[in-house]
Amino acid sequence: MNIKVRYFASMRDRMGRAEETVTVDREGITVEELWRRVAGGQEMPPNLLIAVNMEYTDASRQLKSGDEVAFFPPVTGG
Amino acid sequence: MDDRQLQRYSRHLLLPEVGPEGQERLLAARVLLVGAGGLGSPAALYLAASGVGELRIADPDRVELENLQRQIAHGTADLGRSKARSAAESARALNPEVQVQALAERAEGARLAAWAAEVDLVLDASDNFPTRYALNEACLAAGRPLVSGAVAGWRGQVAVFTPGRGGCYRCLYPQEEAAEEATCAAQGVLSPAAGTVGCLMAVEALKVLLGLETALRGKLLQADLLAQRWRVARIRQDPACPCAGRWRAREDSNL
Repeated sequence: MNIKVRYFASMRDRMGRAEETVTVDREGITVEELWRRVAGGQEMPPNLLIAVNMEYTDASRQLKSGDEVAFFPPVTGG
Repeated sequence: MDDRQLQRYSRHLLLPEVGPEGQERLLAARVLLVGAGGLGSPAALYLAASGVGELRIADPDRVELENLQRQIAHGTADLGRSKARSAAESARALNPEVQVQALAERAEGARLAAWAAEVDLVLDASDNFPTRYALNEACLAAGRPLVSGAVAGWRGQVAVFTPGRGGCYRCLYPQEEAAEEATCAAQGVLSPAAGTVGCLMAVEALKVLLGLETALRGKLLQADLLAQRWRVARIRQDPACPCAGRWRAREDSNL
């Protein structure tokens, strides 16, 4: 199945790309598993905002084919 | 309202969503604004100009030269002064009818709890995670709506957290110990990006005070002003968050 992954702000710089389509061989992969896969096994940064199909969710969310996953770094400036 | 007020607020009175009744609501409203920086400056000025009855502006810091690029409630002559006092003075100059109070102290602990309990709504225009979590806790405990804004670089975000309706700030950012964060000091900020987010916060605050529905209730707006991409997505109420079931609807208010 294919999952569209989008990286925003400093996540885009960190990953070196704005978006990509990831092909995984099974349904039900979690966002965290997806992250490890795209980030070369690295831990997820704390308070990374995750949106799946335009709804914020947590890293345990299971994904299905066609989902769009977006990663946003936390913003605290004022 | 007297004649001068009818004239001052006439362009609000023409709006069907405000009108005389709505303006009276604003004139009777009490608001706590935490942070008199890039977001708090425009928020303070617009809330004062709009005729919010009482505006309490909290900020422990002093005006520094690098603030003036975007913190428009302060002028060059205010360098070294308390940001809370400087912003309060600017707000009063715009609209002397507003009761403006400067609180030149950090928003934390029992002091913050008391501040939150005394107002109808809180705006989080602060610049750090500890204050943001403290404001979230204070608003949960007091049952007050919280309009939250943040900015860095060309990007900003705004959310409205309402008693009993949807997730809280901690549902959005559950890891309080987080080290990595985007701040203006670390990555810079475009001057009107702060202004845009601060104005959006004022818009949302007025909607809550007027009892209008807002599309941002329980949602987070993220704006990328470089690409002009705006996204609104729903905030999921985290069942593991201590806020779950803790929102206490305020019985003497229909906000």
